[in-house]
Parts: sequence; C-alpha cells; structure tokens
Amino acid sequence: MSLVPESPQSATAIAAAVAAGEQSARSILDAHVARVDQTESEIHAFNHIMREQAMASADEIDRRVAAGEPVGPMAGVPVALKDNMCTRGVPTTCSSRILEGWEPPYNATVVERLAAADAVVVGKTNLDEFAMGSSTENSAFGPTRNPHDTSRVPGGSSGGSAAAVAAGFAAVALGSDTGGSIRQPAALCGVVGVKPTYGAVSRYGLIAFASSLDQIGPFAHTVADAALVHDTISGHDPLDSTSIPSAAASASSDLARGVEGLRIGLISEMMGDGIEGIAPDVLARTQAAADALGAAGAHVSPVSIPAAIYGLSAYYLVAPAEASSNLSRYDGVRYGQRVDGANVAQMNTATRTSGFGEEVKRRIMLGTYALSAGYYDAYYGKAQKVRTLILENFDKAYEDFDVLLSPTSPCTAFPFGDKTADPMTMYVNDVCTIPSNLTGHPAMSVPFGVGSDGLPVGVQVLAPAQGETVMFRVAAALEALR
Amino acid sequence: MAYLARLELSQDELELFTEQLGDVLEHAADVEALDLDHVEPMAHTVPLRNVVRADVVTATLDRDEVLGQAPASEGGQFRVPRILGEEP
Repeated sequence: MSLVPESPQSATAIAAAVAAGEQSARSILDAHVARVDQTESEIHAFNHIMREQAMASADEIDRRVAAGEPVGPMAGVPVALKDNMCTRGVPTTCSSRILEGWEPPYNATVVERLAAADAVVVGKTNLDEFAMGSSTENSAFGPTRNPHDTSRVPGGSSGGSAAAVAAGFAAVALGSDTGGSIRQPAALCGVVGVKPTYGAVSRYGLIAFASSLDQIGPFAHTVADAALVHDTISGHDPLDSTSIPSAAASASSDLARGVEGLRIGLISEMMGDGIEGIAPDVLARTQAAADALGAAGAHVSPVSIPAAIYGLSAYYLVAPAEASSNLSRYDGVRYGQRVDGANVAQMNTATRTSGFGEEVKRRIMLGTYALSAGYYDAYYGKAQKVRTLILENFDKAYEDFDVLLSPTSPCTAFPFGDKTADPMTMYVNDVCTIPSNLTGHPAMSVPFGVGSDGLPVGVQVLAPAQGETVMFRVAAALEALR
Repeated sequence: MAYLARLELSQDELELFTEQLGDVLEHAADVEALDLDHVEPMAHTVPLRNVVRADVVTATLDRDEVLGQAPASEGGQFRVPRILGEEP
C-alpha cells in the first residue's frame, strides 16, 4: 500500500509563503504532524519526534514575521534529521542500544545552520545501527518501511530520513552518506538525495562511522529544495579540520540553465559492462535518462572507469577499518550504556557485547583484522592505493566530461529479509555509489520513473570535486525531463 | 580478534562471522592481486595539511552537563571500575 502524498508542498514554496506571511509556520508544521499521526505507525521513520520543540520554533518564526522582523532562507520548512547527528538535550542514538538514553551536550554544526536559517526540526530518523547497512533492517529499534510499499525496505542507512520525506512527514531531511547511505534510500523512496563533496559540509557533531568517507547531505522532493538545503548547510567550519576552507560551490545558481552543450559521460562499467547484477529495468531507466539529456542538447557518450570494479572491495576494507577505530570510543565510560564488570576491561567488553548489534560487531571484527599487524599492508594499505587508482580514473574522465551518469542502486526497493542472510548480497547494493565516497567527489540521485514492479528508480549524477553547481544543473534538467 | 575489539562472541557467532568475513575477504582478493607498487596510498580526499587554530581560550562544553550523561561520575570526573583486575 502506498502512503505517499499526491503533491507535497516544496520547501522553496514553504519558505517563500512563510516569509511573506501568506502561510504560518505553525500551519505548515501542523499539516506535517497530522501526516505523522496518520501513518507513522505503519512506516516507523522516526526514533524520536520533537513535537514540543518544533511547535515552539514555528510559533517564534510566526511571531517574527508578524513583527516585521527578517526570517531565514528556510523559514518554517519542516526538516527531519538522521539520528546520528547531535542535538543538544535531545536523544541521539544512532539506532544503537549502546547510546540509548544519551542526550548530547552540543549541537552538530548542521543543526546550528538549519536553526540559523529558521528551519523547523521535527524529529530524529531511524537508520541502520551506526549507519552500517542498506535497508534499515539493522536498526536496534526495528526497521523503517518504504512509503511506496510497506512490505519493502526504504533502503539505508538513512532509510528513516528518505521515508520521512517520501511520506510527507518533513519537507526535507538530512542524512549521511558513507558508501551510498543517502543516494540509495533516496532512489528506493523516489526522492532526491545528495552526497556533497567531502569537506563541503561540516561533520562536527555527526557521529563518526568511517571518517574519510562520511558526508552529510539533503533529501528533498525537488532538486531546487535539495539545493536550498545544501546551500544552507555547506561552507567552512573551523570545528571540522577536514572542512574545505574556500567558499562552497553554489547548488542553486544554475538550476534553470539547461544542459545545452554539456558533455555527459555514461559509465560503461555500471551499465552492464563490468559490474554484474544491475537489474535490466534500472539500466533501461538510466539509458532513458541519458537519451533525454541528449535530446535536450547535451553531448552524451560512454566513458570507462576501469578501477570502479574494485570500489566495493576497497570500501569494505577501508570503511570497517575506520569504523573499528571510531567505535572504540563506546567503552561504557563517558556516555551511553554501561554493563558492569569486575575491572575496566571486563566492563568495556560486557558493555560492547550487549550494546552493539550483529552487523556492527561483524564490521568491527573485519576492521580490526584489516588493521592488525601483518595484514595492514595487504588490506588497508592496498585499499588506500585503490582509492588513488579510482581517483585517477575519474580525474581523467573529467578532462572530457562535465558530469557522469549511472544508476544509483542496482535494483528497486526489495522485500524485508531478502538480503539479510548473506552480508555480501547486501553490500553489493552500494556498488554504484561507493566510488564517489572513495574519491570524495559529489554525487546525487534523481528519481527518473519506475521499474517493472512500479517502484521508483533513481539515476545518479556524478561531478568532480566541488562541482555541485553543474551537478545540480544537470539534476534539475533531468527532473524536468522525467 | 574479538579480544582486541573488546567483544565477547558466542560459539555460534564465531562460526557465522568466520564464514561471512571469509566471504568478504575472498571478494577483496581482487584488490590483493593488483600490482600497486607504483601507486601512492590515499588516506584522505581533501589536500589539507596540519590544520591548526589560534592558541586562544574559547568556550568549551559545560563539565556538569557532560558528566551528567556519563554512566557514573564522582568529584568532577568519570568513575570507572578498578583499572587492575585484582581486589585490594
């Protein structure tokens, strides 16, 4: 059964109407909360709903509009946050038992920036535990269901954020993308999802999974809405030492320019010539997108990224290695749960054994192995070299092309339990999205029709580092052509 | 490995993980087989070096608020079980 609203009001329309005093922020919020009350019990997009706080911020925005005071560019826009972003005094769990009950003493930089833009945060969304998964089935608090068909997964790991937007619980949402965790659920839920350039959006207050790959980005109904959010949250932050010091590329400046004369490369390895297992209907929709862009005046031709076929292997060495290191901080000392033991080591072990779920333990074990003495060079070291190889391939492609195109996910939304028995089957979901995390380049998923099962298909637009302007430009054209 | 990661695994988990992680490492054999002697490793995608800030005192997190979120604290510090295994 589909629980997707017919024609949701866009974030740009909401912000304009609220700033002009034509609609109150409170009435916008109430309409979204009404949808939550109707269908959240069937979807489970949220870990925590911030009803009271949201009403207070909406009322404050309305008071300022009435008093003739200026309001921000996202005035009154209801936004949902993936529950791995710190919100001061509001539970932040990463969908893990180990952080149950924890209330961070500070806000993530993105939370501060949304507040400064007068967005209204409505709640914290469900995810695969510590963002490790592609279906939200790894959440300690139960899975999220896809609003297009509640018998199917929403994708992951940011499945709650994707579902919250698709179901009309929030106009936009933030997710985090380490190997495809924004783009894949966006594709499966029929919304726009963006992984910005690594370093474009501050990671301060984003609970770390794999630090050299993690990046925060938006979910939205439209490309223009995603651009509004991107431009709100991006830009240098002294609190994140990996933040790019120069000004962020504008996402919204060229949305109406069209694609006349742009050079667009269709990645052969992801179109059936190299990477196996991409569904025929997904390939057909991606080809249709390429053809439509060609008809609109772009020069579209195939391009080869030979090292892309090694992306999955490199990722499943790099990401678990960094995760095993990052997750060593959950030791029962400073925050979250503690299970007592006779001494510190026993307390650490008891806490972690009871607090972490199966997939998290699996990846910690894999990462510990990949980093252990004697294996470091063979696994982690080699995977880092593959990253260089993939980056060189992409750099060469961008000498001839402005953007690249591929499928986002190898398949449409799949039924619960379909891929949980064998981890490799689940990992393969990220095969088209992983290369952009390894290179740090931006990439986004745009809905482009449906597959043979009637469920949404997403097409991925990839761009060089800090190439958000041209990436959003092509995405906007694609949106208009579907 | 489980000891290094401070995890206790049941016999069933050990057997399951050994098999599953074997599959992942088998998939990674394609990377192991590559000749990459001439390629520089990449730790990071942003070319930044030694990011520092001015050495001035700024506001920090409130100590009581931080300790209030800890499983146990005492006298302005985190409280943990004894560090050495032996009883006094």
